Amino acid sequence: MTTSASWPDVPAFPLAAKSALADAQMRRNIGMATSTIREKRTGVVEEMPDWEQLREAGRALKERTLRHLDEHLLTLEESVTRAGGVVHWARDGDEANAIVTRIAKSKGVSEVVKVKSMATVEIELNEALEAAGITALETDLAELIVQLGRDRPSHILVPAIHRNRAEIRDIFRRTIGPETLTDEPAELAEAARRFLRERFLRARVGVSGANFAVAETGAIAVLESEGNGRMCTTLPETLITVCGIEKLVPAWQDLEVFLQLLPRSSTAERMNPYTTLWSGARDDDGPREFHLVLLDNGRTDSLADELARQTLACIRCSACLNVCPVYERTGGHAYGSVYPGPIGAILTPQLAGMRAAGSLPFASSLCGACYEVCPVKIDIPTVLVHLRDRSNKERAAASLKGRLDPERLALKAVAKGFATRGRYERLQKLGRLGQWPLARKGKIERLPGELGGWTKARDLMPIPDQTFREWWVEREASR
Amino acid sequence: MRIALFITCFNDTLFPRTGQAVVRLLERLGHEVVFPLEQTCCGQMHFNSGYHDEALPLVRRFARVFRDEPLIVSPSGSCVAMVRDHYPHVAKESGDPELIEAVRTLGERTFELSELLIDVLGLGDVGAYYPHRVTYHPSCHALRMLHIGDKPLQLLRAVRGIDLVELPAAEQCCGFGGTFAIKNADTSIAMLDDKLTNVQETGAEVCTAADNSCLMHIGGGLSRQRAGVSAVHLAEILASTEAEPFGVPAVGSGDAITVVRA
Amino acid sequence: MNAARDAILARVRAALRDVPEAERADDVAVARDYRTEGTLPHAEVVALFAENCADYRANVREVDAAGLPGAIAEALAARGARRLAIPADLPAQWRAGDGVEWVEDHGLSHDALSAVDGVVTGCAVAVALNGTIALDGGVAQGRRALTLLPDYHLCVVHAEQVVELVPEGIARLREAALAGQPMTIVAGPSATSDIEFNRVEGVHGPRTLDVLVVTG
Ligand code: SF4
Repeated sequence: MTTSASWPDVPAFPLAAKSALADAQMRRNIGMATSTIREKRTGVVEEMPDWEQLREAGRALKERTLRHLDEHLLTLEESVTRAGGVVHWARDGDEANAIVTRIAKSKGVSEVVKVKSMATVEIELNEALEAAGITALETDLAELIVQLGRDRPSHILVPAIHRNRAEIRDIFRRTIGPETLTDEPAELAEAARRFLRERFLRARVGVSGANFAVAETGAIAVLESEGNGRMCTTLPETLITVCGIEKLVPAWQDLEVFLQLLPRSSTAERMNPYTTLWSGARDDDGPREFHLVLLDNGRTDSLADELARQTLACIRCSACLNVCPVYERTGGHAYGSVYPGPIGAILTPQLAGMRAAGSLPFASSLCGACYEVCPVKIDIPTVLVHLRDRSNKERAAASLKGRLDPERLALKAVAKGFATRGRYERLQKLGRLGQWPLARKGKIERLPGELGGWTKARDLMPIPDQTFREWWVEREASR
Repeated sequence: MRIALFITCFNDTLFPRTGQAVVRLLERLGHEVVFPLEQTCCGQMHFNSGYHDEALPLVRRFARVFRDEPLIVSPSGSCVAMVRDHYPHVAKESGDPELIEAVRTLGERTFELSELLIDVLGLGDVGAYYPHRVTYHPSCHALRMLHIGDKPLQLLRAVRGIDLVELPAAEQCCGFGGTFAIKNADTSIAMLDDKLTNVQETGAEVCTAADNSCLMHIGGGLSRQRAGVSAVHLAEILASTEAEPFGVPAVGSGDAITVVRA
Repeated sequence: MNAARDAILARVRAALRDVPEAERADDVAVARDYRTEGTLPHAEVVALFAENCADYRANVREVDAAGLPGAIAEALAARGARRLAIPADLPAQWRAGDGVEWVEDHGLSHDALSAVDGVVTGCAVAVALNGTIALDGGVAQGRRALTLLPDYHLCVVHAEQVVELVPEGIARLREAALAGQPMTIVAGPSATSDIEFNRVEGVHGPRTLDVLVVTG
């Protein structure tokens, strides 16, 4: 997986965020869209008296899945095979891309239709197919907007969230026409319908991701709104589904939980318009040939971290993005990863490694809004601080520069200083003395070095003449 | 009742006034406040910044210093959240059964100020008087980790003379986030800007919260903008009475957060 | 490819070293203390379904059994639908309406399905709580493409097919699921939220959904 949020030499997220913050139009677009969806989500969640029980069940079911993943994977493989599907295993993106490309080539096609799938964006399947002379046509409206605009996705559910209707109209006018298109959403949707209809009808290979894969029955579930998912998974003769190994649920019954949690958390609907479920392949309904590609690509690394493992419970609803005050302001591109927002900040470093994405766990104020909404109760703040620790350690182990990081040295020194009362009190006095060149008229308006970030927009109060403990001791003495 | 004060390193050094207010308030309510001088820091800064090895000795130290205290109060939502939510995790990672046992009951004995007043002492009205226009910012850790809900607001509503005004989009994070405020200064400031706009919209003279860390950030921004609004910890408002006003730090002169010695 | 399979399974097992050897998947407790059985009287369940289904801009009408053929004919006439695709096992009395041409699906091509005015089907189960209709390829439902390509879908739902809660609906679909039947769960006509997170009806699936709920 490629990212651009790497250490040690670049503070990737902060820099990317800086330019994103300067894009006022994008900030407005994202702010409007996320506040719309936040309000709607609250409404459909509040009408559920058993929402908390469902969340807890969702969490527990994913724990059951992950703690026995090998067993469930084998069950799934058996179920899908029994139902006439072919199961493939891919250790990484390259292997998965090679499998998909080989199958598509064997069908002699030059185009495949695709329904939005984060896993295939993660492994850059479209680019791999392109390199093999096969065009992968994105059919999800937002994905299509991104593809036609030669843009990058910035949200896991609505990849074009950073675009408003006028910008979308301009992209469509430039690409799929017509010239007279207005910015009415209904008209924009109609333009996409016309453009894609013919392509759906003649498509011979479809590619999808999976929202859930039921080990017990071999059913793959794709939840969507527009009907493009149904088109891609029903009409072509051959269907290839790329499915992260964490997408499993053990039993058919388990869908009763997730089919309630996901739509309300993602598009804030009681249910999304269309859900397609299929097992394997058959002669009388849908594709004659079905290939399921089970993808690892770093997931087993996450699985190996007992605390961070819960990240794999994610059902990609995007609720955490929509409530995140950081995401709302920087947008998705600043994360330099296909998975932005709070989930991206914990998932990307685990999939791509700390070297590639070590700045992301720090891209959070730890406000906890994500944890509060997460339908499977992933404790994102705790995973974040855990990954910060891992990032710091790996960085220090990797280079002298990492070991000499000023923050690291300072915090280590402070920790030492706080280890005994005597040292602690001496540090307090030292701080008071050290600040005198900085204080002017009762406040500090400029700090040196990295601390200067603070005083960009915030004054600092000087350390008062007397600490609380000095006051206490004095008071006790005078009693 | 004997109540041990955990002042936090941050308040001890930077906001002694808040500690003084807690002492005055609890003593006025007839309780005995003790201050174990061996205390230093709960380790939150190290833990949240990703220096868990460095946090561990501080966790041990805290557990030792407060081992025998039946009731501990702290005027910091985030430090209490550290003790209650993260200590068990740190202890578990350390694999030390003694520490695991030691922190188990700590969380149940440690309270944020408004929790102590309402849940433990059963008080909604602490007899405070504070004739100012005030708005309350619910800090994230108090709100989402401790789930203190509107406890501070309940206490504030009972304060005589106060003109309490609701903060728009109150539950939005102010953007402090510890080292986040420095590491991701631009994003932090973008979040702060919205908070400051909302604070100023209320026309309040005072913005209060249960955490001085957020208040240092909000107050620093207000000072830079010469907004004429002071950031004041909840404890200081509750400590204030007609007979003994705790005072509002001077505002309007550009040094809105200058500390006035009690 | 077996190498990849073996490698992944080995990695999974290595990653799960902390899980006790003796623990089985079902040992991981899952409390199903959310609502699993409805409590409303059935008439209210049906009414709630109608309300929630209509909420997605589906047109929902309640009719009695005797009135069903007439209601079908009326609905088709109102839409100006004259050539209707249907599953071959659609009940004879549903094929109502003057001058309507019924095109039974015995493997119609996609182009042929695209060219009809609409499709009439029944369903497997409907859920009141979220206003959804599930088709599992059973009687009077046909294959998935049948209800996908035509621009208009008329769906007949019998009152006894309506359950209150999602777990009840999933339970009713279990048998078909175990038999490997493909399914579609529908909540209103096709829609998108991709433009500024506002819902717009009508993209690739049927843009009009009429639902007749047969009571009594
Ligand atoms: S982490 Fe939770 S809230 Fe965020 S996308 Fe995943 S499931 Fe949704």
